[in-house]
Amino acid sequence: MIGIIDYGMGNLFSVSKALERLGVPYTLSHSPQELEKCQGLILPGVGAFPDAMKALNKTGMKQYILNKVEEGIPLLGICLGMQLLFDESEENGTTEGLQLLPGRVVRFAGKDAAGHAYKIPHMGWNELQHLQPEAKLLSKMDGGYVYFVHSYYVDTPDKHVVLASAQYETEVPAVVGKGNVYGAQFHPEKSSTTGMKILENFCNVVRDQEGVER
Amino acid sequence: MLTKRIIPCLDVKDGRVVKGIQFLELRDAGDPVELATIYDEQGADELVFLDISATHEGRKTMIEVVREVAATLAIPFTVGGGIGSLEDMRAILRAGADKVSLNSAAVRQPELITEGARYFGSQCMVVAIDAKYDHDLGSWRVYTHGGRKSTELEVLKWARQVEELGAGELLLTSMDKDGEKTGFDLALLQAVQQVVSIPVIASGGAGDASHFVDAFQDAEADAALAASIFHYKETSVANVKDILRQNGVHVR
Repeated sequence: MIGIIDYGMGNLFSVSKALERLGVPYTLSHSPQELEKCQGLILPGVGAFPDAMKALNKTGMKQYILNKVEEGIPLLGICLGMQLLFDESEENGTTEGLQLLPGRVVRFAGKDAAGHAYKIPHMGWNELQHLQPEAKLLSKMDGGYVYFVHSYYVDTPDKHVVLASAQYETEVPAVVGKGNVYGAQFHPEKSSTTGMKILENFCNVVRDQEGVER
Repeated sequence: MLTKRIIPCLDVKDGRVVKGIQFLELRDAGDPVELATIYDEQGADELVFLDISATHEGRKTMIEVVREVAATLAIPFTVGGGIGSLEDMRAILRAGADKVSLNSAAVRQPELITEGARYFGSQCMVVAIDAKYDHDLGSWRVYTHGGRKSTELEVLKWARQVEELGAGELLLTSMDKDGEKTGFDLALLQAVQQVVSIPVIASGGAGDASHFVDAFQDAEADAALAASIFHYKETSVANVKDILRQNGVHVR
């Protein structure tokens, strides 16, 4: 059972339907009690970072997520949900994140190092470069295109957490992971077969984790 | 590197796709979900559904269509046509659409763009502009109500304004080129690209695959939308993408 965390931010419908297509049972809830029976968690998110952290704090979901990660439950953050996993964001002033992964969420500059203009948001289909092809989330995949919509990206000092990236004005972390914490900057639920494969891989991580002593 | 997007557009009336669509393999030529699935299989990057229902019942049915499309497809899609309030936007986005497109309502009530962007994010606010060249004006004029009504607005000024108001993307239709099949309006596209920094979807005039090459290479469109050329099977999304690839345009 996968728990989709409903904290009022995000297109939960598409994520749930994607899991349905994979035949994976899920619970969509804003209540920690209801999510208690889940062996894996998905943190979706569309909107602004400060609003999302405020909602996570207010609902007690922040502490719940941190506890579950500590227990070894696999967590997948999607889009803004991935950005929330990091230390902090500069979106509308500095806001502290969940601090599960090292790095800062910063706004695209709108140009590359050579001064060429790039549109913000980074919107559309971009190609994944697998930096750590052995990562479980990238299992049985070979690159592929996925759908991005975001104006902020993760700038991390720890390159080991970046499992795959996409090239825009800079190298954009696209799939991240460390231990049982994972994230996708793009929308796997909107990324056709490539996105579905990543969701499936996450579900497999959760399945393999079940029965493991925690 | 970001790819150029190909976007088939489907006109939906009372829950059914209209405008003679010719897919031989279709069991039911008017089913939006079935058509959307075919375009997805051909490699469409996104879809646009234009709701042309005239009745309240038809609009309610559209929400059902949106829900079913979102349940079936794993690619993004936009819904436009008759959206006139935050409530309309919320209903469509909650049903699973990724973006809403505003046209006449944006002209009537520009603050809707800002409110929509604040509540749902700029990324899901598409503003559709129907543009027609006006010789007296020496530029393009904005039309509303499906091209039936002219406005005082000048396209380039309006495009800049909607970006400032919070639009995340422009769907720019050339009324001069629409239905002509002689190619996209490159001059219009180039002019608009000069003044905005949000993505621009080219629309109106696609007659063959080479027209998409021009829109991307000569006018630097970010995406291109077409309806009849795909519906009548004059070409397919897959074929357009092959031609684009052969011409060095980066596509998925």
